[in-house]
Amino acid sequence: MRNPLARLKIIAKKLAYFGTLGVFTLFASLPFIWMLITTFKQNPDLYNTANNPYIFNMAPTLTHLRELFMQTLFLRWMLNTLLVGVLVVIITLILVIPAAYSLVRLSGRLGERLGIGIFLTYLVAPTILFIPMARVVANLGLQDSLWSLVVVFPSFTVPFGIWLLMGFFKSIPRDLEEAAMIDGNSRLGAFIRMVLPISTPGILTIVIFTFTLVVQEFIYTLTFITSAKSYTVSVGVPTFLVHGDVYNWGAMMGGCLIASLPVAILYNFFLDRFIGGLTLGAVKG
Amino acid sequence: MTTGNAPPRPVGAEKVGRISLLLDNEKLLGILMIAPAVLYVLALVGYPLVLAFMYSLSDITIGSVSYNFVGLEKFKEIISDSGFKIALKNTLLFTFVSQAIVIVLAKILALLLVKNFKGKFFLRALILMPYVAPISLGVIGWLWMLDSIYSPINWFLQHSGLFGKDFRPMWLGKPFLAMFSIITVHVWRMLPLATVIILAGLTSIPQDIQDAAQVDGAGYFRNLFLITIPMMLPIMMVAILFGIVYTASDIIIILVLTRGGPYDSTQVLVSKAFYTGIDASDLAGGAAYALFLFPLLLAVAIFMLRIARRAEVT
Repeated sequence: MRNPLARLKIIAKKLAYFGTLGVFTLFASLPFIWMLITTFKQNPDLYNTANNPYIFNMAPTLTHLRELFMQTLFLRWMLNTLLVGVLVVIITLILVIPAAYSLVRLSGRLGERLGIGIFLTYLVAPTILFIPMARVVANLGLQDSLWSLVVVFPSFTVPFGIWLLMGFFKSIPRDLEEAAMIDGNSRLGAFIRMVLPISTPGILTIVIFTFTLVVQEFIYTLTFITSAKSYTVSVGVPTFLVHGDVYNWGAMMGGCLIASLPVAILYNFFLDRFIGGLTLGAVKG
Repeated sequence: MTTGNAPPRPVGAEKVGRISLLLDNEKLLGILMIAPAVLYVLALVGYPLVLAFMYSLSDITIGSVSYNFVGLEKFKEIISDSGFKIALKNTLLFTFVSQAIVIVLAKILALLLVKNFKGKFFLRALILMPYVAPISLGVIGWLWMLDSIYSPINWFLQHSGLFGKDFRPMWLGKPFLAMFSIITVHVWRMLPLATVIILAGLTSIPQDIQDAAQVDGAGYFRNLFLITIPMMLPIMMVAILFGIVYTASDIIIILVLTRGGPYDSTQVLVSKAFYTGIDASDLAGGAAYALFLFPLLLAVAIFMLRIARRAEVT
């Protein structure tokens, strides 16, 4: 008699567990599901309030995607984003790798403090600075140019990058470099020959984060750039496609989805390292 | 100290000379390696920060060529503006209400996700989407979901039988509903990050402490309130602090969803700063609006430092 009851209880518990999890998942992913549906829906189907919006009442279509790529600057924005992303990654790596190593190995206790100080600038960044930065960019003669983004973006990718890489360098045993130095390498030689090769995963993390931060950036781009052809994708789509004259939800949703997915997937794989950095080592990631 | 342990045998004078030379070099090398990054950050964070303060004490506009010090005039002007009160109130309201909801939901979600089950990686990826996808693009998805005519949410509510067929709330067109929508989107955006941070904290609680509590006969809730939550406190603080920074300084959600409307009822400090400083070319006013966030960010920074120090000790 008790056995079926206990079984029922287990099933009810499982149902409650996955039910709650399901509600959370739906809440998180609903806008993206709605993007996916909208992208492939025909306009008469989309703009008919009598239709069930969650299913395809007419055959799916590729018209919106064709429009997105042929009639809007979407592709240009994607390329702009890629270009700025690559350049900012290069600048960030050049600045971050030696700085993080120096803070961990060559500056002692002061280095740790300075590292935390640099990390804290990551908190201040864009929202307080975008107003004076508009003037700085104008004075450099870079307004409305992609170069303004290339110059300014490292100001927030470098602090976080240094912090993340410091954690990584700390986990490398000192003996490794010391052995190399006893073998006649200089400190710099040991760093380049021993430390850098085994730091590839850490450096790759910096590359991914810098790139995703560039793709996500909004306020500086909105402030510095005024002509549509120089936008990055995360400003171009909301500024030009939403508040422009053409309201084409199908194309817009397609653009959002296409630009979001690669970044989201990349970020997802490296998120745990990012969290390890954010929590200041209070949690070993 | 970094050049290896001194060998036990007495060292020759020549060798001491070489080591000290090496040490000097290392110091120099250390400075040379860090200097470019520090200079970059000083030039593009430190310098604009000083400029922000200077601007807020002047009457500078985008076109002006000279600097005109006017003291606290701009701040006085802003504070007496009726829009300022709304912006300040909204900033605090959006930030603290959404973070209170986030921390409760994140705790629940983290406790659900700490268990292992088939397909967990895929589910986690879906739950993380709002945080890892570019925020402005995700919010456009919301803009379309909250559309006044074609909203799939309204369709669902109309067909759920709970409301009439003419139930058509203007999610972004009425002040109260617009604020509700903005807070919901803030929660949607920050929940994944808080969840993952808390999840990292949960998995780092040593199992032997939990085992000991179980041996002592502590039940689930005693375990939760006497062990899990106190041990999680620092990590939950980190989640909350980042949530506060991200939410208080966010401008994307407002700019994409409501542009501060209807009737400026959803303006926040940062959106005010943008519309004043960039759209209306009043750099001084914009800088002053943005600087009202500075005390909040400073407080968060101090808290973070304290947490970092604690982490350093243990």
